[in-house]
Amino acid sequence: MSEAAAPSAPRESKRDVSLLEIFGEFLLIGATSFGGGVVAYLRDGLVRKKRWFDDVEFLELTSISNTLPGLNATNIAILAGDRLRGFAGAATALVAICLPAFLFMVVAGIIYGQPGARHSSGAALRGVAAAATGLLAATWFKIGKKSLSGFYDAVFVLAAVMGINYFKLGVPTVLIVVGALAIIAYRPRRTPQPAETEDEWIRSLH
Amino acid sequence: MDQIPALIRVFGYLSFLTIGGGMAAFPEMKVQIVDVHHWLSAEELTHVYSTGQMSPGPNMMMVAEVGQLVSRFPGALVCALAFFVPTGFLTFGVGRAWKKLEKWPWRASIQRGLGPVAIGLAVAGLITFGKTAVTGWLTFALGLITFFAVVYTKLNPVLFILGGAVVGYFALR
Repeated sequence: MSEAAAPSAPRESKRDVSLLEIFGEFLLIGATSFGGGVVAYLRDGLVRKKRWFDDVEFLELTSISNTLPGLNATNIAILAGDRLRGFAGAATALVAICLPAFLFMVVAGIIYGQPGARHSSGAALRGVAAAATGLLAATWFKIGKKSLSGFYDAVFVLAAVMGINYFKLGVPTVLIVVGALAIIAYRPRRTPQPAETEDEWIRSLH
Repeated sequence: MDQIPALIRVFGYLSFLTIGGGMAAFPEMKVQIVDVHHWLSAEELTHVYSTGQMSPGPNMMMVAEVGQLVSRFPGALVCALAFFVPTGFLTFGVGRAWKKLEKWPWRASIQRGLGPVAIGLAVAGLITFGKTAVTGWLTFALGLITFFAVVYTKLNPVLFILGGAVVGYFALR
Protein backbone atom coordinates (compact mmCIF):
# COMPACT_ATOMS: atom_id res chain seq x y z
CA MET A 1 0.00 0.00 0.00
CA SER A 2 1.25 3.48 -0.82
CA GLU A 3 -0.27 4.70 2.44
CA ALA A 4 2.77 3.62 4.43
CA ALA A 5 4.13 7.16 4.60
CA ALA A 6 0.79 8.73 5.57
CA PRO A 7 0.91 11.18 8.48
CA SER A 8 -0.19 9.92 11.87
CA ALA A 9 -2.96 12.51 12.23
CA PRO A 10 -6.18 12.38 10.18
CA ARG A 11 -6.00 14.34 6.97
CA GLU A 12 -6.77 18.03 7.27
CA SER A 13 -9.21 17.97 4.37
CA LYS A 14 -11.06 14.85 3.40
CA ARG A 15 -12.29 16.34 0.14
CA ASP A 16 -9.23 15.14 -1.74
CA VAL A 17 -10.45 11.55 -1.53
CA SER A 18 -11.69 10.54 -4.97
CA LEU A 19 -14.85 8.55 -5.62
CA LEU A 20 -12.69 5.85 -7.20
CA GLU A 21 -10.63 5.63 -4.01
CA ILE A 22 -13.83 5.38 -1.94
CA PHE A 23 -15.17 2.71 -4.26
CA GLY A 24 -11.94 0.72 -4.10
CA GLU A 25 -11.64 0.75 -0.31
CA PHE A 26 -15.26 -0.15 0.39
CA LEU A 27 -15.21 -2.83 -2.31
CA LEU A 28 -12.14 -4.34 -0.65
CA ILE A 29 -13.82 -4.30 2.76
CA GLY A 30 -17.01 -5.74 1.26
CA ALA A 31 -15.07 -8.57 -0.38
CA THR A 32 -12.80 -9.54 2.52
CA SER A 33 -14.91 -9.10 5.67
CA PHE A 34 -15.71 -12.77 6.27
CA GLY A 35 -17.18 -14.01 9.53
CA GLY A 36 -19.48 -11.11 10.38
CA GLY A 37 -18.20 -8.13 12.33
CA VAL A 38 -17.84 -5.91 9.27
CA VAL A 39 -17.54 -2.92 11.61
CA ALA A 40 -14.11 -4.12 12.78
CA TYR A 41 -12.98 -4.39 9.15
CA LEU A 42 -14.33 -0.89 8.49
CA ARG A 43 -12.40 0.54 11.41
CA ASP A 44 -9.25 -1.22 10.24
CA GLY A 45 -9.62 0.12 6.70
CA LEU A 46 -10.93 3.65 7.32
CA VAL A 47 -9.11 4.58 10.53
CA ARG A 48 -5.93 2.54 10.67
CA LYS A 49 -5.06 2.05 7.00
CA LYS A 50 -6.55 5.04 5.14
CA ARG A 51 -6.62 7.51 8.06
CA TRP A 52 -9.77 9.10 6.69
CA PHE A 53 -11.21 9.26 10.23
CA ASP A 54 -9.85 9.17 13.74
CA ASP A 55 -11.23 6.78 16.37
CA VAL A 56 -13.45 9.44 17.93
CA GLU A 57 -15.19 10.25 14.66
CA PHE A 58 -15.47 6.56 13.75
CA LEU A 59 -17.10 5.84 17.12
CA GLU A 60 -19.57 8.63 16.40
CA LEU A 61 -20.46 7.04 13.03
CA THR A 62 -20.92 3.69 14.80
CA SER A 63 -23.22 5.11 17.44
CA ILE A 64 -25.38 6.90 14.84
CA SER A 65 -25.64 3.61 12.92
CA ASN A 66 -26.64 1.64 16.02
CA THR A 67 -29.67 3.81 16.69
CA LEU A 68 -31.06 3.65 13.17
CA PRO A 69 -32.69 0.88 11.18
CA GLY A 70 -30.44 -0.64 8.56
CA LEU A 71 -27.28 -2.64 9.07
CA ASN A 72 -24.32 -1.17 10.90
CA ALA A 73 -21.98 -1.97 8.02
CA THR A 74 -24.04 -0.22 5.36
CA ASN A 75 -25.04 2.65 7.67
CA ILE A 76 -21.40 3.36 8.51
CA ALA A 77 -20.51 3.17 4.81
CA ILE A 78 -23.19 5.78 4.02
CA LEU A 79 -22.15 8.14 6.84
CA ALA A 80 -18.45 7.79 6.06
CA GLY A 81 -19.01 8.24 2.32
CA ASP A 82 -21.07 11.37 2.95
CA ARG A 83 -18.35 12.93 5.12
CA LEU A 84 -15.72 12.13 2.50
CA ARG A 85 -17.52 13.16 -0.69
CA GLY A 86 -21.14 14.10 0.04
CA PHE A 87 -24.08 12.28 -1.51
CA ALA A 88 -22.01 10.75 -4.32
CA GLY A 89 -19.54 9.45 -1.76
CA ALA A 90 -22.32 7.90 0.31
CA ALA A 91 -23.90 6.20 -2.71
CA THR A 92 -20.50 4.95 -3.92
CA ALA A 93 -19.57 3.52 -0.52
CA LEU A 94 -22.96 1.79 -0.18
CA VAL A 95 -22.80 0.17 -3.62
CA ALA A 96 -19.17 -0.87 -3.18
CA ILE A 97 -19.58 -2.50 0.23
CA CYS A 98 -22.70 -4.35 -0.95
CA LEU A 99 -21.52 -5.53 -4.36
CA PRO A 100 -19.38 -8.56 -3.38
CA ALA A 101 -22.06 -9.91 -1.01
CA PHE A 102 -24.75 -9.31 -3.64
CA LEU A 103 -22.84 -11.34 -6.26
CA PHE A 104 -22.09 -14.04 -3.67
CA MET A 105 -25.76 -14.38 -2.73
CA VAL A 106 -26.99 -14.33 -6.35
CA VAL A 107 -24.60 -17.17 -7.22
CA ALA A 108 -25.67 -19.02 -4.05
CA GLY A 109 -29.29 -18.57 -5.15
CA ILE A 110 -28.57 -19.90 -8.64
CA ILE A 111 -26.88 -22.99 -7.16
CA TYR A 112 -29.51 -23.53 -4.44
CA GLY A 113 -32.29 -23.08 -6.99
CA GLN A 114 -31.13 -26.00 -9.17
CA PRO A 115 -33.48 -28.98 -9.08
CA GLY A 116 -32.25 -31.36 -6.40
CA ALA A 117 -29.71 -28.90 -5.00
CA ARG A 118 -31.82 -28.14 -1.95
CA HIS A 119 -31.66 -31.81 -1.06
CA SER A 120 -27.94 -32.32 -1.69
CA SER A 121 -26.76 -29.07 -0.12
CA GLY A 122 -29.24 -29.39 2.74
CA ALA A 123 -26.93 -31.47 4.92
CA ALA A 124 -24.01 -29.02 4.70
CA LEU A 125 -26.35 -26.05 5.28
CA ARG A 126 -27.81 -27.72 8.38
CA GLY A 127 -24.27 -27.77 9.78
CA VAL A 128 -23.77 -24.14 8.75
CA ALA A 129 -27.04 -23.11 10.41
CA ALA A 130 -25.99 -24.79 13.65
CA ALA A 131 -22.61 -23.04 13.66
CA ALA A 132 -24.27 -19.76 12.65
CA THR A 133 -26.55 -20.01 15.69
CA GLY A 134 -23.46 -20.23 17.88
CA LEU A 135 -21.76 -17.36 16.05
CA LEU A 136 -24.78 -15.06 16.31
CA ALA A 137 -25.30 -15.97 19.97
CA ALA A 138 -21.64 -15.16 20.66
CA THR A 139 -21.86 -11.84 18.79
CA TRP A 140 -24.89 -10.71 20.77
CA PHE A 141 -23.48 -12.10 24.02
CA LYS A 142 -20.43 -9.86 23.56
CA ILE A 143 -22.51 -6.81 22.65
CA GLY A 144 -24.79 -7.41 25.63
CA LYS A 145 -21.91 -7.84 28.06
CA LYS A 146 -20.42 -4.55 26.89
CA SER A 147 -23.52 -2.38 26.69
CA LEU A 148 -26.17 -3.66 29.10
CA SER A 149 -26.30 -2.32 32.62
CA GLY A 150 -28.90 -1.96 35.32
CA PHE A 151 -32.31 -3.38 36.10
CA TYR A 152 -34.19 -1.47 33.38
CA ASP A 153 -32.00 -2.92 30.63
CA ALA A 154 -32.70 -6.47 31.81
CA VAL A 155 -36.43 -5.70 31.84
CA PHE A 156 -36.40 -4.35 28.27
CA VAL A 157 -34.37 -7.26 26.90
CA LEU A 158 -36.72 -9.72 28.60
CA ALA A 159 -39.81 -7.79 27.46
CA ALA A 160 -38.66 -7.91 23.82
CA VAL A 161 -37.86 -11.63 23.98
CA MET A 162 -41.12 -12.54 25.76
CA GLY A 163 -43.15 -10.30 23.46
CA ILE A 164 -41.90 -12.09 20.37
CA ASN A 165 -41.21 -15.66 21.41
CA TYR A 166 -43.89 -16.17 24.08
CA PHE A 167 -46.72 -13.72 23.39
CA LYS A 168 -46.13 -13.84 19.60
CA LEU A 169 -46.74 -10.11 19.26
CA GLY A 170 -44.69 -9.53 16.12
CA VAL A 171 -41.57 -7.42 15.67
CA PRO A 172 -43.28 -4.07 14.77
CA THR A 173 -45.50 -4.14 17.87
CA VAL A 174 -42.66 -5.06 20.20
CA LEU A 175 -40.31 -2.52 18.63
CA ILE A 176 -42.84 0.30 18.99
CA VAL A 177 -44.20 -0.58 22.46
CA VAL A 178 -41.00 -1.69 24.22
CA GLY A 179 -38.97 0.90 22.31
CA ALA A 180 -41.26 3.72 23.47
CA LEU A 181 -41.24 2.49 27.07
CA ALA A 182 -37.44 2.26 27.04
CA ILE A 183 -37.03 5.76 25.61
CA ILE A 184 -39.43 7.12 28.23
CA ALA A 185 -37.58 5.27 31.00
CA TYR A 186 -34.37 6.98 29.88
CA ARG A 187 -36.10 10.33 29.23
CA PRO A 188 -34.12 13.51 29.74
CA ARG A 189 -34.18 14.18 33.46
CA ARG A 190 -31.98 17.17 34.03
CA THR A 191 -33.08 20.68 33.24
CA PRO A 192 -31.60 21.95 29.98
CA GLN A 193 -27.93 22.67 30.41
CA PRO A 194 -25.14 23.81 28.15
CA ALA A 195 -24.56 21.14 25.49
CA GLU A 196 -21.71 18.81 26.28
CA THR A 197 -18.80 18.92 23.93
CA GLU A 198 -18.63 16.13 21.38
CA ASP A 199 -15.58 14.70 23.16
CA GLU A 200 -17.32 14.41 26.51
CA TRP A 201 -20.33 12.85 24.88
CA ILE A 202 -18.27 10.25 23.05
CA ARG A 203 -16.31 9.39 26.18
CA SER A 204 -19.61 8.89 27.97
CA LEU A 205 -20.41 6.09 25.52
CA HIS A 206 -17.57 3.93 26.79
CA MET B 1 -42.17 -11.96 -12.15
CA ASP B 2 -45.60 -11.29 -10.66
CA GLN B 3 -43.97 -11.53 -7.23
CA ILE B 4 -41.75 -8.45 -7.80
CA PRO B 5 -44.13 -5.86 -6.26
CA ALA B 6 -44.64 -8.12 -3.22
CA LEU B 7 -40.87 -8.60 -2.85
CA ILE B 8 -40.33 -4.83 -2.89
CA ARG B 9 -43.08 -4.28 -0.32
CA VAL B 10 -41.94 -7.02 2.04
CA PHE B 11 -38.21 -6.25 1.99
CA GLY B 12 -38.72 -2.49 2.13
CA TYR B 13 -40.90 -3.04 5.21
CA LEU B 14 -38.49 -5.52 6.84
CA SER B 15 -35.54 -3.17 6.44
CA PHE B 16 -37.09 -0.71 8.88
CA LEU B 17 -37.23 -3.38 11.59
CA THR B 18 -33.47 -4.02 11.53
CA ILE B 19 -32.67 -1.93 14.61
CA GLY B 20 -29.17 -2.82 15.74
CA GLY B 21 -28.79 -5.52 13.09
CA GLY B 22 -30.54 -7.93 10.77
CA MET B 23 -31.37 -10.55 13.41
CA ALA B 24 -34.02 -8.25 14.91
CA ALA B 25 -36.09 -8.59 11.75
CA PHE B 26 -35.76 -12.39 11.48
CA PRO B 27 -39.03 -13.38 13.23
CA GLU B 28 -41.02 -11.00 11.01
CA MET B 29 -39.03 -12.14 7.96
CA LYS B 30 -40.05 -15.70 8.73
CA VAL B 31 -43.72 -14.69 9.04
CA GLN B 32 -43.64 -12.84 5.71
CA ILE B 33 -41.53 -15.28 3.66
CA VAL B 34 -42.80 -18.58 5.05
CA ASP B 35 -46.33 -18.01 6.36
CA VAL B 36 -47.74 -15.09 4.36
CA HIS B 37 -46.13 -15.42 0.91
CA HIS B 38 -44.98 -19.08 0.92
CA TRP B 39 -41.79 -18.12 -0.94
CA LEU B 40 -39.65 -20.55 1.08
CA SER B 41 -40.17 -23.23 3.71
CA ALA B 42 -38.93 -22.53 7.23
CA GLU B 43 -35.99 -24.85 6.66
CA GLU B 44 -35.11 -23.20 3.33
CA LEU B 45 -35.15 -19.77 4.96
CA THR B 46 -32.79 -21.06 7.64
CA HIS B 47 -30.51 -22.40 4.87
CA VAL B 48 -30.52 -19.09 3.01
CA TYR B 49 -29.93 -17.08 6.18
CA SER B 50 -27.04 -19.41 7.03
CA THR B 51 -25.56 -18.97 3.57
CA GLY B 52 -25.52 -15.25 4.32
CA GLN B 53 -23.22 -15.96 7.26
CA MET B 54 -20.65 -17.40 4.83
CA SER B 55 -20.68 -14.29 2.64
CA PRO B 56 -18.24 -11.41 3.05
CA GLY B 57 -19.72 -7.97 3.60
CA PRO B 58 -23.21 -7.36 5.00
CA ASN B 59 -24.60 -10.81 5.87
CA MET B 60 -28.18 -9.59 5.42
CA MET B 61 -27.54 -9.52 1.67
CA MET B 62 -29.14 -12.96 1.99
CA VAL B 63 -32.29 -11.04 1.00
CA ALA B 64 -30.87 -11.10 -2.55
CA GLU B 65 -30.82 -14.91 -2.50
CA VAL B 66 -34.47 -14.94 -1.46
CA GLY B 67 -35.22 -12.67 -4.42
CA GLN B 68 -33.12 -14.83 -6.73
CA LEU B 69 -35.02 -17.96 -5.68
CA VAL B 70 -38.42 -16.30 -6.09
CA SER B 71 -37.96 -14.23 -9.30
CA ARG B 72 -34.40 -14.86 -10.53
CA PHE B 73 -32.04 -11.92 -11.09
CA PRO B 74 -34.68 -9.15 -11.18
CA GLY B 75 -35.94 -10.52 -7.86
CA ALA B 76 -32.45 -10.44 -6.35
CA LEU B 77 -31.93 -6.87 -7.53
CA VAL B 78 -35.22 -5.47 -6.22
CA CYS B 79 -34.83 -7.24 -2.87
CA ALA B 80 -31.37 -5.76 -2.38
CA LEU B 81 -32.53 -2.27 -3.42
CA ALA B 82 -35.71 -2.40 -1.33
CA PHE B 83 -33.77 -3.60 1.70
CA PHE B 84 -30.80 -1.21 1.58
CA VAL B 85 -31.89 1.99 -0.18
CA PRO B 86 -34.85 3.36 1.90
CA THR B 87 -33.06 2.94 5.24
CA GLY B 88 -29.96 4.31 3.50
CA PHE B 89 -31.74 7.60 2.82
CA LEU B 90 -32.88 7.73 6.45
CA THR B 91 -29.31 7.20 7.66
CA PHE B 92 -28.04 9.83 5.23
CA GLY B 93 -30.57 12.39 6.49
CA VAL B 94 -30.05 11.67 10.18
CA GLY B 95 -26.28 11.68 9.68
CA ARG B 96 -26.47 15.22 8.30
CA ALA B 97 -28.79 16.41 11.08
CA TRP B 98 -26.73 14.73 13.81
CA LYS B 99 -24.83 17.83 14.95
CA LYS B 100 -28.04 19.81 15.17
CA LEU B 101 -29.73 17.00 17.09
CA GLU B 102 -26.96 17.25 19.67
CA LYS B 103 -28.87 19.93 21.58
CA TRP B 104 -32.06 17.87 21.52
CA PRO B 105 -32.16 16.13 24.94
CA TRP B 106 -34.17 13.17 23.61
CA ARG B 107 -31.35 12.13 21.29
CA ALA B 108 -29.45 10.59 24.20
CA SER B 109 -32.68 9.03 25.52
CA ILE B 110 -33.36 7.36 22.17
CA GLN B 111 -29.80 6.05 21.95
CA ARG B 112 -29.83 4.79 25.51
CA GLY B 113 -33.31 3.30 25.34
CA LEU B 114 -33.02 1.51 22.00
CA GLY B 115 -29.79 -0.25 23.03
CA PRO B 116 -31.40 -2.92 25.24
CA VAL B 117 -34.44 -3.18 22.94
CA ALA B 118 -32.17 -3.93 19.97
CA ILE B 119 -30.41 -6.63 22.00
CA GLY B 120 -33.74 -8.10 23.11
CA LEU B 121 -35.01 -8.19 19.52
CA ALA B 122 -31.78 -9.87 18.38
CA VAL B 123 -32.07 -12.51 21.10
CA ALA B 124 -35.70 -13.09 20.12
CA GLY B 125 -34.63 -13.47 16.48
CA LEU B 126 -31.88 -15.83 17.50
CA ILE B 127 -34.34 -18.01 19.44
CA THR B 128 -36.63 -18.12 16.39
CA PHE B 129 -33.67 -19.00 14.18
CA GLY B 130 -32.23 -21.55 16.60
CA LYS B 131 -35.51 -23.46 16.78
CA THR B 132 -35.10 -24.49 13.12
CA ALA B 133 -31.30 -24.70 13.18
CA VAL B 134 -30.73 -26.73 16.34
CA THR B 135 -32.50 -30.03 15.78
CA GLY B 136 -30.48 -32.61 17.73
CA TRP B 137 -27.39 -33.22 19.82
CA LEU B 138 -24.93 -32.76 16.93
CA THR B 139 -26.31 -29.39 15.81
CA PHE B 140 -26.45 -28.32 19.47
CA ALA B 141 -22.79 -29.30 19.91
CA LEU B 142 -21.78 -27.43 16.72
CA GLY B 143 -23.53 -24.31 17.97
CA LEU B 144 -22.03 -24.58 21.44
CA ILE B 145 -18.47 -25.12 20.16
CA THR B 146 -18.80 -22.14 17.81
CA PHE B 147 -20.22 -19.97 20.60
CA PHE B 148 -17.31 -20.64 22.97
CA ALA B 149 -14.73 -20.37 20.18
CA VAL B 150 -16.03 -16.96 19.11
CA VAL B 151 -16.34 -15.63 22.65
CA TYR B 152 -13.00 -16.90 23.94
CA THR B 153 -10.64 -17.07 20.94
CA LYS B 154 -9.54 -14.67 18.22
CA LEU B 155 -10.10 -17.22 15.43
CA ASN B 156 -12.13 -16.00 12.46
CA PRO B 157 -15.71 -17.30 12.92
CA VAL B 158 -15.92 -18.20 9.23
CA LEU B 159 -13.65 -21.18 10.02
CA PHE B 160 -16.34 -22.61 12.29
CA ILE B 161 -19.07 -21.84 9.77
CA LEU B 162 -17.13 -23.80 7.12
CA GLY B 163 -16.36 -26.49 9.69
CA GLY B 164 -20.10 -26.73 10.31
CA ALA B 165 -20.64 -27.22 6.57
CA VAL B 166 -18.14 -30.10 6.48
CA VAL B 167 -19.54 -31.80 9.59
CA GLY B 168 -23.07 -31.29 8.30
CA TYR B 169 -22.21 -32.68 4.86
CA PHE B 170 -21.02 -35.98 6.33
CA ALA B 171 -23.13 -36.30 9.46
CA LEU B 172 -26.45 -34.53 8.90
CA ARG B 173 -27.75 -36.11 5.70
